[in-house]
Amino acid sequence: MAAGTPVPREPLTFAERTYLPQILGGLKTTWRHLVTPKTTLEYPEQRPALPPGYRGVPTLVRDPHGREKCVSCQLCEFVCPPKAIRITPGAIPADAPTAHVEKAPQEFEIDMLRCIYCGMCQEVCPEEAIWLQNRYSTTGYTREEMVNNKARLYELGGTLPDEHLKWDRKKAAETAGNDRH
Amino acid sequence: MSASPKPDLITVNVDGRDVAVPKGTNVIEAARLVGVDVPYYCYHPKLSISGNCRMCLVEIGMPAVDPATKAPIVDPGTGKQRINWIPRPQIGCATTASPGLHVRTNTAQIKECREGVMEFLLVNHPLDCPICDQAGECKLQEQATGYGRGYSRYIEAKNVKPKRTQLGPRVMLDDERCILCSRCIRFCKEVAKDDVLGFIDRGSYSTLTCYPGRQLTNNYSLNTVDICPVGALTSTDFRFKMRVWFLKQTDSIDPESSVGANTVVWSREGVVYRITPRRNDEVNDTWMADSGRELYKQNRAPDRLMVARVEGQDSTPAAALAAAADLLKPAAGAVAVVGSGRSSIEEQFVTRRMANALGAGAFLVGRSDPGDGLLISADRNPNVRGALVTGLVTNLPSERLTQLGEWIDEGKVRCVVSVGEDLLAAGLTEAQLARVAVVYLGTHANATSAIARIVVPTFTVLERTGSFVNQQFRLQKFFQAVPGPAGAIDDLTALTRLLSSVEGEYFPPEPAAIWPEMARAIDVLQGITFAGIPATGRLLDGSRWAGLPFPEGPGLHFQPAAKP
Repeated sequence: MAAGTPVPREPLTFAERTYLPQILGGLKTTWRHLVTPKTTLEYPEQRPALPPGYRGVPTLVRDPHGREKCVSCQLCEFVCPPKAIRITPGAIPADAPTAHVEKAPQEFEIDMLRCIYCGMCQEVCPEEAIWLQNRYSTTGYTREEMVNNKARLYELGGTLPDEHLKWDRKKAAETAGNDRH
Repeated sequence: MSASPKPDLITVNVDGRDVAVPKGTNVIEAARLVGVDVPYYCYHPKLSISGNCRMCLVEIGMPAVDPATKAPIVDPGTGKQRINWIPRPQIGCATTASPGLHVRTNTAQIKECREGVMEFLLVNHPLDCPICDQAGECKLQEQATGYGRGYSRYIEAKNVKPKRTQLGPRVMLDDERCILCSRCIRFCKEVAKDDVLGFIDRGSYSTLTCYPGRQLTNNYSLNTVDICPVGALTSTDFRFKMRVWFLKQTDSIDPESSVGANTVVWSREGVVYRITPRRNDEVNDTWMADSGRELYKQNRAPDRLMVARVEGQDSTPAAALAAAADLLKPAAGAVAVVGSGRSSIEEQFVTRRMANALGAGAFLVGRSDPGDGLLISADRNPNVRGALVTGLVTNLPSERLTQLGEWIDEGKVRCVVSVGEDLLAAGLTEAQLARVAVVYLGTHANATSAIARIVVPTFTVLERTGSFVNQQFRLQKFFQAVPGPAGAIDDLTALTRLLSSVEGEYFPPEPAAIWPEMARAIDVLQGITFAGIPATGRLLDGSRWAGLPFPEGPGLHFQPAAKP
C-alpha cells in the first residue's frame, strides 16, 4: 500500500466558492457570544465557585477534639507519585492524653513545588487525616517557603467534622476493659 | 531437620505433582519444594513443631492397598491406584512426609478452612496496621489478603489486652496483636536457652508474659521480634523509626566475632535503620545476637573520624595518602604494618603486599573475650583466618604488640602504619609511639588517632564490600549498604593507593578486580572469583592451620578441632 490510488478531490460547489455560508456561520458564533453572559472573572477580586470534590492544596486535619489525626503511617509518602511528601515518624509521649494512639508525625512536609494535586494521598490515608481542600493558590518567594511543614499543614487544614472517633472509642474500651466474658 | 549429609529421598505427591524430599521433611517444606505455598504462623523451620495456629491445614491421603494381600487397589475409573484421603484436614507442619503420601492444598475444604482460621485470628486483632511496625512484613496482613474471606462479619466489641508492655530492654509487647503462636516462647527455650516467656490465663484472656521477676534480657532477645509473625513483639530501637517498605536490603556479615553471622542491612537514603539476620543453615540458621544489630550506630557515632589530618592540619584523604606515601617510601625497611583482623580478606591481601613492598614486619592485634557458645565466639575479630590465608600473619595474633614495642625500642622501626588498630590499647606506650611516625587508617577516633602523624578516615563494614573468613574457614561476602561520609575513603581504595605509590603495583580498588590476583597467588583460594562466592559462603581448606590453638569454643554449627 505504499503508492495507492489517489483519492479524487471533490470539486467545490457554487455556494462554497462564494465563501458566504462559512462567513455567516462564523459570525453566528461571534454574535452568540456577544449576547451570552460573561464567564471570565475579575480574579483575584472575584473567586470561582469550586465544585465539590475539588482537589486543592493538601492539608492535615484534626478531629473535633483537637487530636491530630495523622499517625504517620507513611502510606501517603509511599504512594505520592512526585515524592512531594516527607514524614519523620515519632512516638507520642506516654504522658500525653493521646498516648493510646502511640504514633504521630514529628515532622510532616509537603513540597508544593513537587505536588501535582493528584489526591492519591487523601485516597490512601487510612486515618482520613490528609485532605485536598479548596485552597488552590500558593505563592512564595523562595523554595523553602513552598514547602509546607507540619504546623502550616494543620493551620491550612483545620478540623474535620468527623463522627467516627475511632481512637476515642478505643480508649474507652481500654479503660472499661473486658466486659463480655 | 535431617542432619545426615546424604539423606534418603522419598517421593510424595503435592497437588498432583511428585516430588522427592529428604526423609523427615514435613508437608510444608515438601510443598515449598514444588512451589506450593502452604500458609502458616506458628511453624518455624528452626524451632520445634507446636501446631497451634491451624493455618497449614491440608488434606492428606495414602495410596490404597488391600489389607490382606498388600496389593495396590486400582480405581477402575482412572486406571490408577486409589488414594484413601483422610476425610478431615490435617496440619502440614506436624505431618512428616512418608513414601507415597498424597497432599492436596487447593480443594474447597482447605480454602474454607483457611478462611475460617483467618477469621478467628482476626476476631480480636486490633486494626492497628497504620501504627504497627510490622505492617508491610506482617504474615497476618499477607495471609488475610491471600487466604482470608476479605470482609469481616464480626460486630461485637473486640477483646482488650495490655498494649505497651516492656518485656525487656529491647523488646516491646502488644498483647492485642499477639496470635499466641508461641514462636517466641519456643525460641527462648530451645535456642537462647533462657526460658523466660510463657502464656498465662486461658481462652481469649491468654497473654504472653515473662515469668515473675524475670525479663527478656538475653543477648538474643531481638530474634523473637524477627520471628513474631505479627506486630506483637517490636524492637524498641526500631520502633516507629521507619516503614519497612522504604528500606533497601543489603546482604552483610556481622563483624563482632569470628562466627560471621549472615545479616541483612536495612537502609534508606544512606541511613541504616536496622540489621536483621539472614538465613544460612551452615552458620547462623536464622538468628543473630542483639549486640550485632546495634553496630549500625557506629556509622553516625560522634567520635567518627570525618576529616583526614596531616601533622594536625585538616586535609583530604588523597593528600593524606600522598603524605603517607612520602613518609613511608624513604623509611622502607624500617616500617611496621599493623594490619587488622577486622579488615576484609582483600584489604589484608593488599596490606600484605604493601608490607612486602616496604620490607615491613606485619602484625595483627588479637581480640578475645569469652564466647557465648552460640553465635558469638571467643575470637572477636571477624577475619583472623583471612589474615592467615593471605599470609598477612603466620600465627595467631596476640593482644599485645610486644615484639613491635621491642623493635621500636631497638630503633628498628621508624614508621608504623595502623589499619584501624589502637596501638596504645594494644600495649605500646606513648613514649614508644613518640619515637615513630604513625599513619592511622581508621573509622573512629581513639588515643592512637589523636597522636598519629597522618590520619586517614575510612569506612565501616556497612560502607564497604569484601569478604571475611569465619571460624569454619567459610569465605563469606558482605556488600556496601550505605555510602561512607564525604571526608572518608574506602579502606581498599586507601590501601591500594598506598601500595601503588610505595611500590608501583596497582590494583583497582574493587574486590572483584583483586580476586584474580589473589586466586593466583594463594593456593587455597585457587579458582575462586568474588562473583562466584555463593550467598551462603564457600568453605576453604583450612587443614594447614588446623594445628593452631584457635580460641573458639563450640558454637552453633561449629565444633573446634580436637586439641592435640
